[in-house]
Order: sequence, then structure tokens, then C-alpha cells
Amino acid sequence: MSQAPATDIASDDSWTARLRRRTLDAMPSEQLLPDRQPAYVASWIYVFGVASLAALAVITVTGLVLTLGGLTWWHRSSVGHFMNSLHLWSVQLFFVFMVVHLWGKFFMAAWRGRRALTWMTGVVAFLVSIGAAFTGYLVQTSFDAQWIASEAKDGINAIGVGARWNVLDVGQMLLWHVALLPLGVSLIVLAHVLLVRVRGVVPPIGFESGEERRS
Amino acid sequence: MIDLNGPGHYLTLGWFQISYANAIVITGMIALFVLALVIPFPGGDHGAPEEER
Repeated sequence: MSQAPATDIASDDSWTARLRRRTLDAMPSEQLLPDRQPAYVASWIYVFGVASLAALAVITVTGLVLTLGGLTWWHRSSVGHFMNSLHLWSVQLFFVFMVVHLWGKFFMAAWRGRRALTWMTGVVAFLVSIGAAFTGYLVQTSFDAQWIASEAKDGINAIGVGARWNVLDVGQMLLWHVALLPLGVSLIVLAHVLLVRVRGVVPPIGFESGEERRS
Repeated sequence: MIDLNGPGHYLTLGWFQISYANAIVITGMIALFVLALVIPFPGGDHGAPEEER
């Protein structure tokens, strides 16, 4: 009995091939992980984006450590308290760096040169981060958390979402804080960073390339 | 050390009111922004903005 020769099955029309081509076209490796930057990037004002990312990394790591000890760990353990403080203060720095980054980019009109989507993903990352920080305050398991929740419920009810998103429900707020909102922030920040890599760092006003001036 | 276990302290200027804590943070952020604009970056060559480094 004869056997058919084994052949590779290859198709340029498969979705994996199309996705690979589109990804490599949009993000060549030298653009994704560059080793050179324009001279204008040598300014402290360009540091705050990556400073925000560094703070986000500390928030993520300390948040993961806090999940090991549980919701009330920080009340009864000095290690838990220290980890909770690292988590809190890295959030404060995250917002400080993000707001200074926002001011810098606003006065640079950083949406120039087909960077509108980069700007908008930054805006959305900021808004979702506010939600993540807010739910963090709600799950402190302290009188402070109770006061914030009881004050916030009226505002949340006033905008008509209190029945679905109950700030007095610690379980619901905890899951939003440790799952949905961190996932949302991470995905949007990832998209933001990839867009910065694809479009490049915005040049100062007056130093755009000819192509950027026309777009 | 500053005792944070008490009611907040507020700065009131007519209709405008802000806690000292918020005023200090916002002032610090504005100072950070201004310093980032004026302090030279180590190794940066500000004479040739179009060149790559």
C-alpha cells in the first residue's frame, strides 16, 4: 500500500500569518525596543511617563504580595502594614508622576502627528486609574473606608449605577480592585506604550519632521 | 512628626478653601513640573534638537 508523502500545510491567508505580518509591519523590532532616541528626549520632562510605569510596577508587586496576606493582614502584621504603606505611597507617586506627565504632554500638544489615539489611551488610563485608586480606599477595612463608601454611595446613586455598582459591598469592590480595574489599567497602559513606540515620542513644537507637519 | 490622626487643617481665602495637605501636594507637583523644564538633563545636548543621540 502506497503512502502519501507528508507535506507542510502552509497558507499565507491564515489568520496567524496575517496577524504576524500586520504586527511586524506596525511594530518592527528596532521601533519596539529602540536603542536610540531623538536628542529632544534628553529633558527631565520626558522622564515622567517611565516614572509612572515604574510606580505602576511597584503598585502591582506590592498588590500581589498583599493578596497573599489577605484583606486585613495589614492591621495585624508589621510586614503587612509595611507592604500596605508601600502600596499606598507608590499609588501617590503614580498619580503625581502621571499628572506631571499629563501637564507636560498637554503643553507639548502631544496629540500632534497622528498621536490622537496615544493621547486618548493616556486619558482613559488616567480615568480607570482613578477608579482603581477609589476602590482601593473602599477596601481598607477601616473607618476611613466606611466613611468614604457612605459618602460615595450618594454620588454613585445620583448617576444611576448604584444598583449594579454598590460601593457599600466590600466583596464587589475588592474584586473590582484586585481583578477588573488592574487588568483594565494594565491593558490600556500596554496599548499606550505600544502606540508611543509605533508613533515615536512627540517632538517639541516647531521641531516636527516634514511628514508630521503635513499630517 | 506630623500627627495625621485628627481633623484636617484648612486654608481659607474668602470663597476658596483647600486643605493644607492638598495645597502642599499640588504646590510640590507644580514645583516638580517647573524644575523638570529648567534643570538640564545630564548628558543632554540642547544645541542640536534634530540630531539623534
